[in-house]
Amino acid sequence: MKSAKTKENQSQRIRYSARNVWSGILFGLGLVGFIDEAVFHQLLHWHHFYDKSTSDIGLVSDGLFHAFSWFATIGSSFMLADLHRRHAFWLKRWIGGILLGGGAFQLYDGIIQHKWMRLHQIRYNVDIRPYDWVWNLIAVGMILVGIILIVRTQNRTLSREA
Amino acid sequence: MSGGPASWTSWEWIMGGLIFALLILLYMVAAAISNRNYRNWPLHRYVCWVVGMLCIGLSLIGPLARLSTTNFMIHMLGHLLLGMLGPLLIAFSAPMTLLLRSTPVPLARRITRLLKSKPAQIVAHPAAATLLNIGGLWVLYTTGLFMAMHHSLLLYIVVHFHVFAAGYLFTVSLLYVDVAPHRLSFQTRAIILMIAMAGHGILSKYIYAYPPDGASSEQAELGGMLMYYGGDAIDLFLVYWLCMQWYKSVRPRPAASMLQTLD
Repeated sequence: MKSAKTKENQSQRIRYSARNVWSGILFGLGLVGFIDEAVFHQLLHWHHFYDKSTSDIGLVSDGLFHAFSWFATIGSSFMLADLHRRHAFWLKRWIGGILLGGGAFQLYDGIIQHKWMRLHQIRYNVDIRPYDWVWNLIAVGMILVGIILIVRTQNRTLSREA
Repeated sequence: MSGGPASWTSWEWIMGGLIFALLILLYMVAAAISNRNYRNWPLHRYVCWVVGMLCIGLSLIGPLARLSTTNFMIHMLGHLLLGMLGPLLIAFSAPMTLLLRSTPVPLARRITRLLKSKPAQIVAHPAAATLLNIGGLWVLYTTGLFMAMHHSLLLYIVVHFHVFAAGYLFTVSLLYVDVAPHRLSFQTRAIILMIAMAGHGILSKYIYAYPPDGASSEQAELGGMLMYYGGDAIDLFLVYWLCMQWYKSVRPRPAASMLQTLD
């Protein structure tokens, strides 16, 4: 038998199920953006502050994405605090959002920025193929697992259980 | 007439310093007047005003300002103090609230009417403030204006006044910490702030790649990086504050039906 508290939690989760996903997606975007910048740019020095001075579209898209991920990291943390405050936090669904958002950004970075715009590569002066495959396959894997988690925490399945 | 603080006489330095001392004193007097009729003016606002004035003063007079005409990285440090940190601190010292509280009622009414007027509404819209702020910086660093500024004192003063005024307008149009008659939704302000952050970040990378006239490529790289990471640090605070306002505004309140049962 379920206690009254869990029942209230469940109805709050259903009401705020979209906010759980969005908080996760934004957090995932910010997280991968941060890892990319902190680990690859600043710790390993694999690629740099500015690798190419000709692709102006790349410069703009990079700047927009950085601003967006900077905002997303902070904004999603406040959304998370709001969900906790309402007893509406849904860990599984939130993690699904993180994987979807993080994977989508990583795939965008790997395909559009690295390959199509050739803005920068993951690493220089080495055979780039294994790096690209690892980067993009991890991204695809994250997206798939993220989608599975989000689908499995749809409101329908939950209300059927309840 | 020569341009820039590199050629100023010691007499000009002293005058500059006196102006900032006077502005700090003026704030203290206004706060004392306000304290007679209202709740005591909070301590943190005094601190914000004084430190904000020091930031602006440092960027305009003294050794930093003297070096900034020949060293682009120092110039960028001055820009961060004058256009970002200074305006942010001044906004948090709530000068408009203090002005309204410390002036006679008829004058305060006239100021309020001015703030509520259509032209003020247009200029204080975050989109217009962003255009003035970030757009102004693009014009400064990508045209001959940067070089020209260092040869004409008038131009130097106009540009520096604009950098501060636009930075202040930008801050108060996004964060409502002072009197704000025309309020916009969180979503609108969030989107505009993101665009402004992107514009600032892109410009700093552009400077890194294409040095402004008169700056060596080494100096431009240092200056660009300082602008990029320094901008991020200030933006972090703006985003944090904006999101916190959202968090407070959506806090769950007891439903009306629940209040009725309590009666």
